[in-house]
Amino acid sequence: MSPSPASSPAYNTPNYLNAEKGVRSWLTTLDHKRIGVMYLGLTLFGFFLGGVFALLLRLELLTPGPTVMDAMAYNRMFTLHGVIMIFLFMIPAIPGIFGNFFIPLMIGAQDVAFPRINLLSVYLYLLGAVIAVVGMIQGGTDTGWTFYTPYSTTTVTTVAPVLLGAFILGMGSIVTGLNFIVTVHTMRAPGVTWMRLPLFVWAMYATSVIQVLATPVLGMTLLLVAFEKVFGFGIFDPARGGDPILFQHLFWFYSHPAVYIMILPAMGVVSEVVQSAARKNMFGYKAVAFSSLGIAFVGFFVWGHHLFTSGQSTFASGVFGVLSMFVGLFTAIKVFNWTATLYQGAIQVSAPFVYFMGFLYFLVFGGLTGIALSSVSLDVHWQDTYFVVAHFHFIMVGGTIMAFLAGLHYWWPKMFGKTYSERWALAAAVLVILGFNATFIPQFLLGNMGMPRRYYSYPEQFQALNVASTAGASLLAFGFFMILFYLVASLVRGKAAGPNPWFSRGYEWNTPSPPSLANFPETPVIDRGPHEYQDGPAAEVKHAH
Amino acid sequence: MHTDAAAAPSRLAHHFPDMKTQEHAARMGMWLFLSTEILLFAVLFTAYAVYRFLFPQGFDEASKLAHVAMGATNTVVLITSSLTVALAIHYARLGENRKVVGLLGVTILFGLTFMVLKGFEYHHHWVDGQLPGRLYHYAGLQGPGVSMYFTIYFLMTGLHGLHVLIGMSVLGWVAWRAGRGEFGPGYSTPVELSGLYWHLVDLIWIFLFPLLYLM
Repeated sequence: MSPSPASSPAYNTPNYLNAEKGVRSWLTTLDHKRIGVMYLGLTLFGFFLGGVFALLLRLELLTPGPTVMDAMAYNRMFTLHGVIMIFLFMIPAIPGIFGNFFIPLMIGAQDVAFPRINLLSVYLYLLGAVIAVVGMIQGGTDTGWTFYTPYSTTTVTTVAPVLLGAFILGMGSIVTGLNFIVTVHTMRAPGVTWMRLPLFVWAMYATSVIQVLATPVLGMTLLLVAFEKVFGFGIFDPARGGDPILFQHLFWFYSHPAVYIMILPAMGVVSEVVQSAARKNMFGYKAVAFSSLGIAFVGFFVWGHHLFTSGQSTFASGVFGVLSMFVGLFTAIKVFNWTATLYQGAIQVSAPFVYFMGFLYFLVFGGLTGIALSSVSLDVHWQDTYFVVAHFHFIMVGGTIMAFLAGLHYWWPKMFGKTYSERWALAAAVLVILGFNATFIPQFLLGNMGMPRRYYSYPEQFQALNVASTAGASLLAFGFFMILFYLVASLVRGKAAGPNPWFSRGYEWNTPSPPSLANFPETPVIDRGPHEYQDGPAAEVKHAH
Repeated sequence: MHTDAAAAPSRLAHHFPDMKTQEHAARMGMWLFLSTEILLFAVLFTAYAVYRFLFPQGFDEASKLAHVAMGATNTVVLITSSLTVALAIHYARLGENRKVVGLLGVTILFGLTFMVLKGFEYHHHWVDGQLPGRLYHYAGLQGPGVSMYFTIYFLMTGLHGLHVLIGMSVLGWVAWRAGRGEFGPGYSTPVELSGLYWHLVDLIWIFLFPLLYLM
């Protein structure tokens, strides 16, 4: 009972957006789609805040010496930028928005397993975000997002509120992950076997495992820092026998897997986008599905590569270095499968596809520099330089944000039932990719020349590349505003998208756009794998009755 | 799926096909939640291991200051409370709600006993100045690692005590529901899940007691 494209003038039919009206109906909603939309608004606001601080950092670095702020203000700015981008955008964005919205649609369920806990996660996010941001601004926190002891426990600035905020944000992250794991295990519609799960669901499942298993460790560790800072418990204080390196181990035990919380959902998004854009099934479905689990697993055994210069034994560093390279192995499996999927595909060049290509390039470039960084001898040269900053941003901004934008454009018609201007979208995609390159390629060069990170000033010979980087950041910001502009325009006056504008075979396109409150009129029965383009373009689904 | 026909329609949330699936989901969610709890404590167990390794003598001497008699009593109290909560689950499945109320009440009293004894222990340590980090000022024992023992001691027992309090509140709420006769053969999940939580709290104590009092 697939709705035909003609029968769906968006917003005239009952859907999850117009089923109930008023602010109150949103604040108390248990609908996974509305919760996804709330996450969209909240995390985009976080992204905007973090972006503003990023631009201020780049502005300061336009000239050697003080440009618009002093050293202390600069330290506060990069702390704000890091904490906001990581805890308010990178970690919650794709799971919160697309995970919530699409996992139930992709497994034929009416909702996630625990809708009330799902709503709770939004409020935990909001509470944690307010405490963290207000605490940082009021207290002038200057530790960086890593809160390294003993600096974080001895600095004169206030640190406890942001630690508490991050703890609460972590709780939100845990319950989201817990919810998704149980949802995938228990809510699959008849016919949705594990080997028929869309690859986005597989990636989110692997992500959720990391969220559930790693986040409690960070939460406890941050509380320990707060106890130390406020009450002088001495647990990381060398003067009282405490070991600051223990903090680094505990912190990275979460925070390294956390980068896979950020990139695995992105890999899931592009796995969907590439199949739709190439009109082909994934070249190796099982390889892509299991490599997500592989990354989640190996990700727990590589944290020591953050401690190469911290006094960890050479042997341990060597082991962590080799283990880190396994991540590259699983990632390469994915990269080859995505490219093989494109081979002989009927490629539609669209905004999601352009972002996918950007993602592929950034991931490979950033990933290869990651392999280089995981070898101890090379890392000692690059440690704490802009080379690491550039590597990290290539994966996180270049990888995750490209995939986020790919997913946003791909699923926008499904989420809001409207089309956006394809011409504007393509122009913005090109701008964003160019701006991104211009921002971070100079940073690779600067880092290799020895420019250290986290300083507000630098020697004069580094200025040309810094100016290039700042110019690139401005271009990037301009691109993001363009996207905001045409997406808002699409909401206001976009044409009805119809249920399946991409002629995708993904299960989620079997619903009207926007989907109805109950998702499906009856529990769907799935009798084919995800996509399966060889069976023809039209999506179809049988219903139990 | 056919579960208890009387209880099923009102308990079944709209997004689940049947009670069996719903309860499966609830149980799975609880086990995952318990795993996050274990990882929360794991940080402190790791810190314990690291500092015990760094300061074997300090930890050895400081642990002799722990009040073993009260700790041992508390161990017996908590293990017994695991029995009462297990019996409560048994009777909830049989629908004997009055027994459930009684057994959960006894469990909560055991929890209260534990907290009172723990309070006495804390009071003694407080009076003697056996406190964490820079607050430590006990003249009878000084040396590397001694104050770290009390840092770890208060963090671990404090976090555990907080869990006992949460467990007592949850069991109180479940007992109140049992008082309204809510549980029976078709529906006893809340009793089972809060019981699981209580068992975990006991289990953690069973590790804390030897590590902090006996070693």
